[in-house]
Amino acid sequence: MSGFPILSLMLAVPLLGALACLFLEAKAARSVALVATLVDFVLGVILWMNFDIGGAQWQFTERVGVFSGFSYALGIDGIALLLVMLSVFLMPICIGASRSIEKRVGEYMAAFLLVEVFMLGVFMAQDLYLFYMFFEAGLIPMYLIIGIWGGADRIYASYKFFLYTLLGSVLMLVAMLWMVHTAGTSDIPTLMAYDFDPSVQNWLWLAFFASFAVKMPMWPVHTWLPAAHVQAPTGGSVILAGVLLKMGGYGFIRFSLPMFPEASAYFAPLVWGLSMAAVVITSLIALVQSDMKKLIAYSSVAHMAIVTIGLFAFNTQGLEGSMLVMLSHGLVAGALFLCVGVIYDRLHTREISRYGGLAINMPRYALFFLLFTMASIGLPGTSGFVGEFLSLGGIYQVSTGAALICTTGIILGAAYMLYLYRRVVFGEQKNADAAAMPDLDVRELLMVVPLGLAVLWMGVYPESFIAPMRADIAALDARLARAKPAGDSAPTIGKAKPAHEEAAAHEGSH
Amino acid sequence: MDWSHSLRLIAPEETLSIAGLVLLLISAWGGDKASRLISILAVAVLVGAAALVAPALCGGAMGPDTSAFFGQFRADAFASYAKILIYLSAAATLVIAPAFFGRLGAMRAEFPVLVIFATLGMGIMVSASDLLTLYIGLEMNSLAAYVLAAFLRTDGRSAEAGLKYFVLGALASGILLFGMSLTYGFTGTTSFSGINAAVAGGLSHGALFGIIFMLAGLAFKISAVPFHMWTPDVYEGAPAPVTMFFASAPKVAALGLTMRVLLDAFGDQAQAWQQIVVFLALASIVVGAVGAIGQNNIKRLMAYSSINNVGFMLVGLAAATPQGAAAMLFYLTIYVAMTLGGFVAILMLKDAEGNQVEEIAKLAGLSRTRPGIALGLAVVMFSLAGIPPLFGFWGKFLVFQAAVDAGMMPLAAIGFAASVIGAFYYLKVVKVMYFDEPADVVKGESDVWHKLILTVSCVFISPLGYLLTKWLGGLSGTAATALFFAS
Repeated sequence: MSGFPILSLMLAVPLLGALACLFLEAKAARSVALVATLVDFVLGVILWMNFDIGGAQWQFTERVGVFSGFSYALGIDGIALLLVMLSVFLMPICIGASRSIEKRVGEYMAAFLLVEVFMLGVFMAQDLYLFYMFFEAGLIPMYLIIGIWGGADRIYASYKFFLYTLLGSVLMLVAMLWMVHTAGTSDIPTLMAYDFDPSVQNWLWLAFFASFAVKMPMWPVHTWLPAAHVQAPTGGSVILAGVLLKMGGYGFIRFSLPMFPEASAYFAPLVWGLSMAAVVITSLIALVQSDMKKLIAYSSVAHMAIVTIGLFAFNTQGLEGSMLVMLSHGLVAGALFLCVGVIYDRLHTREISRYGGLAINMPRYALFFLLFTMASIGLPGTSGFVGEFLSLGGIYQVSTGAALICTTGIILGAAYMLYLYRRVVFGEQKNADAAAMPDLDVRELLMVVPLGLAVLWMGVYPESFIAPMRADIAALDARLARAKPAGDSAPTIGKAKPAHEEAAAHEGSH
Repeated sequence: MDWSHSLRLIAPEETLSIAGLVLLLISAWGGDKASRLISILAVAVLVGAAALVAPALCGGAMGPDTSAFFGQFRADAFASYAKILIYLSAAATLVIAPAFFGRLGAMRAEFPVLVIFATLGMGIMVSASDLLTLYIGLEMNSLAAYVLAAFLRTDGRSAEAGLKYFVLGALASGILLFGMSLTYGFTGTTSFSGINAAVAGGLSHGALFGIIFMLAGLAFKISAVPFHMWTPDVYEGAPAPVTMFFASAPKVAALGLTMRVLLDAFGDQAQAWQQIVVFLALASIVVGAVGAIGQNNIKRLMAYSSINNVGFMLVGLAAATPQGAAAMLFYLTIYVAMTLGGFVAILMLKDAEGNQVEEIAKLAGLSRTRPGIALGLAVVMFSLAGIPPLFGFWGKFLVFQAAVDAGMMPLAAIGFAASVIGAFYYLKVVKVMYFDEPADVVKGESDVWHKLILTVSCVFISPLGYLLTKWLGGLSGTAATALFFAS
């Protein structure tokens, strides 16, 4: 496939779809959007099949110098490939989940397809400024999606989402300007190998942190997320949780860690502290929510904290673990929002207490909801387990304390998810209208079955997902090696005993 | 340095002045019936003048050959770049004005003539290389502009705007003259190159005060904080096409003039005025953003937006580098496109009787009743807010890049952070148009010229504009080089 601009094609398909949707009737717009996202998914599969594992670090590169000041440069490595796949996999599902949207369908579909263009652009960009443009541009369609099609409190949520993330990003842009001025290039692969002066790194790291921490979102700048999630329509929530949150983690892994290794090590305790706080605090907050979407939103913050803790463990295990948590959370949180959307479409409330006993009238729904609940908790065999285990294992090598506190997140996670599941699906059927709800129809099954299969695939055979990124993670780990903080749990497992002791022990046994 | 050479260099100005006088005669004999014909002729003259200045820009004219009348006037690539923007804005004003005034029965033959003379004055401003030329150009523009502000004689607000503009403008001119006289007194010359040579050894206190007073006067003309108070009132009161004119062409001229004075005459004493410009820039960004939040009238909002944008452009000036000057010119180009697009969209907002709708609340749900206008206005708003991928981002990006490259990190960081405040009120307009239930007030039809200008400017500020970055970047770079070559 060398030479064929498949990445540009993947950006062009939804873009053209978006323009077409603006001028189409509701029904036609739905079809166009679905076709465009499915075509993009097929292209994504072709991309994955042609991705040469163990080959060059950057593949499918394209570079066209049509602009002054920055270049249109695309290319992916294994890390980007996986996130691109996640995006194109979730998009058709989001379009399918938008059946309940009745007003201004054409504009809705156009906004969604634009979100897809910008998300993919973020993961594909090989130029710092191009990355920034895609990164920011996603704000406009998301703002419109939340503001036009959102719930009752949508205006406040849309403002909060927009201004919060914008403020974080502009500081990053100033840092980018300085970096390009100093390094003399805006090419991301070159910058990833460029050694900035350690004294300046701290400032640059903080500027990038301001942006990525908000996008992630990390405690205490996470407050936009529950507002945005709760108010967004189902499709919006899925894409927000599924992919947009991954931009922060991708930013850390692509920029903060390789470009500022010393600063990352210097600020690692800060990240650990915030992550520990996030895991415990947001899990406890999730425990007392009476709104289903809010509960899952807070659980997202807790899961993202596991991602950051793994990223700043400075070892292969932690990095691979966080990538897997990101992928798994993309699938699972997306699926959970979908499950909420399914019953919201029927009863038009997200109050947990309005439901109950759904296992009786919606057995298929109960089955899938259970699968995703377990995956969210991190049950072995589901995708959640692999990533969380690796992340926590990674951080354990560096800080036992952080590992201890973050692991409580798994327990608390089990508590709030099982509590949610019990209240919604088990128990008696208190409400007649909830008891009369029909089970999943074919359209809904078509959405949840692929998600369920992907969750199980990632849980049973994670190698498919680790293989493409293994070389890239190893390269990143090598880059971080010089700044790696000393671990407090210096692993001794498997260390051979000194020879004479072994000999003495050997003799003693006789 | 002979007369014929000088006269060749000022060919665009000659064209405009002769055409202005001829059109004045036509209007004197033809009366208001001829206003349509005069408008068409005036646009043709502006296009012709643009054709006359274009070669200097494309050819990158600079150096002694571009100096006319013994250093009074300079027709280099910088002046040409600014002039093309000015002519463009003036032509756009003339194209859309007849529909607006015609409905009120107020279209008079003098309008195109006044615009032509104001344009002539602005052309002289950006070409000035002597304090006296500067003043002549400035006053020529201002006198025409005062009349234009009060053009709608039956409307009390328009008369008020004209009077306010006149009184405050005269005061600013006085301050500027005072600064010029101080500069002359302490440097012994009025020519920019002479001043540059005289202050080469260091600034005397008197000359420093000269700069300060001149900057105060110029800050009034570009409506930078703290000399911005007239702007919202004049923008609100003046007829909408005139407001569009004020927000575009004189901004280009006054900023070009400020660049000439600071980078040419005082180019080697940058540290003396840099901090003043930094203050003007940050104050304009913040006050422009905060002041706009409480506005209910869309024209007042655009006034604060222009204050805000001038602040961003001054960031490029504060860098005091050719890169900064080029960034300013690029920003000005984008700004002119955004302003034209924005005001044309505002002009298209008419209720059932054809009256202008200026209240932001009445735009509610515009995206459903008038999707085209709403989309155009939303593009302009997001672009003014500087959100990528719209082209407005690129202007901000360039000026801040210049500031960072000049080592002014704090200025860039504060300026960018303050731009988030600005985003709030731009979002408010989008929110009213897209999120609220339709108020269904806007019903009037617009003529094809409005739609055309709105479409063209929206395409320019859409992501497609980035395809022009190489070309425009090259031109603005040439223009900035010419400016620095002169000093």
